[in-house]
Amino acid sequence: MEKQKAPIDHKNAVIRVHGLKKAFGDYEVLRGINLELYQGENLVVLGRSGTGKSVLIKVISGLLQADAGTVEVLGQNIDQLTTRELQALRIRIGFSFQNSALYDSMTVRKNLEFPLVRNRRGIGRKEIDTSVERVLEAVGLAQTINQMPSELSGGQRKRIGIARTLILNPEIMLYDEPTAGLDPITCIEINELINEVQERYKTSSIIITHDLTCAKQTGDRIAMLLDGKFQREGSFEHVFDTDNARIKPFFDYNFIK
Amino acid sequence: MDTTDTTPIIPKPVKQKRFASFRKSLTDFFASLYNINSFIIRFFKEAFLPPYEFKEIIRQCYETGVRSFTLISLTGFIVGLIFTKQSRPSLAEFGATSWLPSLVSIAIMRALAPLVTALIAAGKVGSSIGAELGSMRVTEQIDAMEVSGTNPFKFLVCTRVLATTLTIPILATYTGLISILGGFLNVYVNEGTSYRTYIGQVFDPLSFIDFTAALIKSIVFGFTIGIVGCYQGYNSSSGTEGVGKAANGAVVTAMFLIFIEEITIVQITSWFR
Repeated sequence: MEKQKAPIDHKNAVIRVHGLKKAFGDYEVLRGINLELYQGENLVVLGRSGTGKSVLIKVISGLLQADAGTVEVLGQNIDQLTTRELQALRIRIGFSFQNSALYDSMTVRKNLEFPLVRNRRGIGRKEIDTSVERVLEAVGLAQTINQMPSELSGGQRKRIGIARTLILNPEIMLYDEPTAGLDPITCIEINELINEVQERYKTSSIIITHDLTCAKQTGDRIAMLLDGKFQREGSFEHVFDTDNARIKPFFDYNFIK
Repeated sequence: MDTTDTTPIIPKPVKQKRFASFRKSLTDFFASLYNINSFIIRFFKEAFLPPYEFKEIIRQCYETGVRSFTLISLTGFIVGLIFTKQSRPSLAEFGATSWLPSLVSIAIMRALAPLVTALIAAGKVGSSIGAELGSMRVTEQIDAMEVSGTNPFKFLVCTRVLATTLTIPILATYTGLISILGGFLNVYVNEGTSYRTYIGQVFDPLSFIDFTAALIKSIVFGFTIGIVGCYQGYNSSSGTEGVGKAANGAVVTAMFLIFIEEITIVQITSWFR
C-alpha cells in the first residue's frame, strides 16, 4: 500500500538536530548528525542494527545525553532544560518502545491511565475512562482493557504501547522499531496505524526501522544512517536509486529479487 | 609479507599484572562508592520535595509488610522458643532459671528482633525490590515512565525506600513481641509461670535506651534494605543476567551492611549506658 501524501509544513521544524555526536566508550556511534523534522511529517531513519538509530531518538527524548551538538525539540534546547522543564516537554512527545515497555504489573487499563493520572493532577474518573476508551478504540483493541500485558500478542502489545503514548495527545511521536519481531500481516497493520496516528492526531514522527516495507508505507522522507551519519536522504525511491555498495544490498536483501 | 618477526614476546611480570588488577578493583570500588553516595543524596533531595507519592508509599508499605509477615511470625516465635530452651541449662546450673524472662527480653529487644527482622526482610523484600526494578530497567519500563513525564526515581525508588524505612521498625517490634511469646511458651511448659508474671519480668530489665536503640537500628536497617535493593535494581545492566545479579547483590550487600551497622550502633549505644 502506497502512502498518501501528508500535509507537511516545511517552514516549521519541530525537531532540529545539529552536529550530534554520541559515543559509548571508544565506540563513536553518532558522528555529527544533522536532522530536521517538519510539522506533520513522518521521517523514517533506516539503518542496520547497531548503527545508532535508537540512540538518536533516545537523545532526542532526553533519555541519553549527547556528547556534542544541539538538539532542539518544539523550540526548546533539551540540554538547557531543568528536570521539570524536560518532564513537561516529554508530555508533548510520545515514545513507542521496541519491546512496547508495558508495565508488567498493571492491566491494560492501568497502563493507559498511568501517564494521564500522573500528568493531569485532579483529573476526574469519567474523563480518565473516556480517554482510555478513546485511545483503545483508536488502536482497535477495546476488548483488551482488563487484560494483563502478558496475555497480549506481540502486535497487541505494540498497539497498546502506541495507545499509551497517544493518551497524552503528543505533538511528536518517536517509534523505535515498530514492526520488529512481528509477522508480515501484523507489520502492515502497525504501519497503517502509524499513518492513522499521523492523520488523526496531526503528529510529526520519527520512525526507526530496518524494515523497508515499513519505511515505504509510513515514510514521507527517508534518511539512511551509515557510519554514524546520514548518507542519503529523500524519498524512498531517491534513497535507493544509487549504486552505493553499502546501501544497495540493504534494498536487495529486503525485497528479495 | 615478512613474517619472520624475531622480536621476543616478553610476558608482563606477574607482579605488574596483579598490581594492575588490584588498581582496577580499587578504582571500581571507589567508583561504585561514589555512585551509591550520589544515589543516596538524590534520594534525600527528591523524597522530601513535592509532589508526594503518598498512595504509592502506602501500597509499598503494605507490600513490604505482607511479603514478610508470615516468615517473620514463624521465625520470631521459633527464635524466642529456641533461645529460651538453649539458655535454660546454663542458667539451671546456677539455679537461676527465674532470670530466663529477663535474659530473653534483653537478648531479643536489644539485638535479635531488629537483626532477625532485617535479615529476613533483606532476603524477602530486598531481593524482590532488586529483581523488580532490575526487570523494569532491562525491559525499558523505567525509560517508558521517564518519557511519559513521570519521575521514575521519585515514583519507584523514593517510595520503596520510605516504605522499608517505615515498615521494618513496625515488623521488628512485632518480631520482638512474638519472640517473647515464644519464650513464654517454654517458660510456661517448664516452670508453669503465669503470663502476667512473665510479662512483668520481661519488661522489668528493659530501659528507655534499649527501646530507642532498637528503634534506631530498625530504621537504619530498613533504609539500608530499601536503598541497596533500589540501587542494585535501578542501575542493573542489560539482560536477564543483570536482573539476577541485581537481586543477589541486593541481598548480599544489604546483609553485609546490616552487620556492620549492628556493630556500630551497639558500640555507640554502649557509650550511653
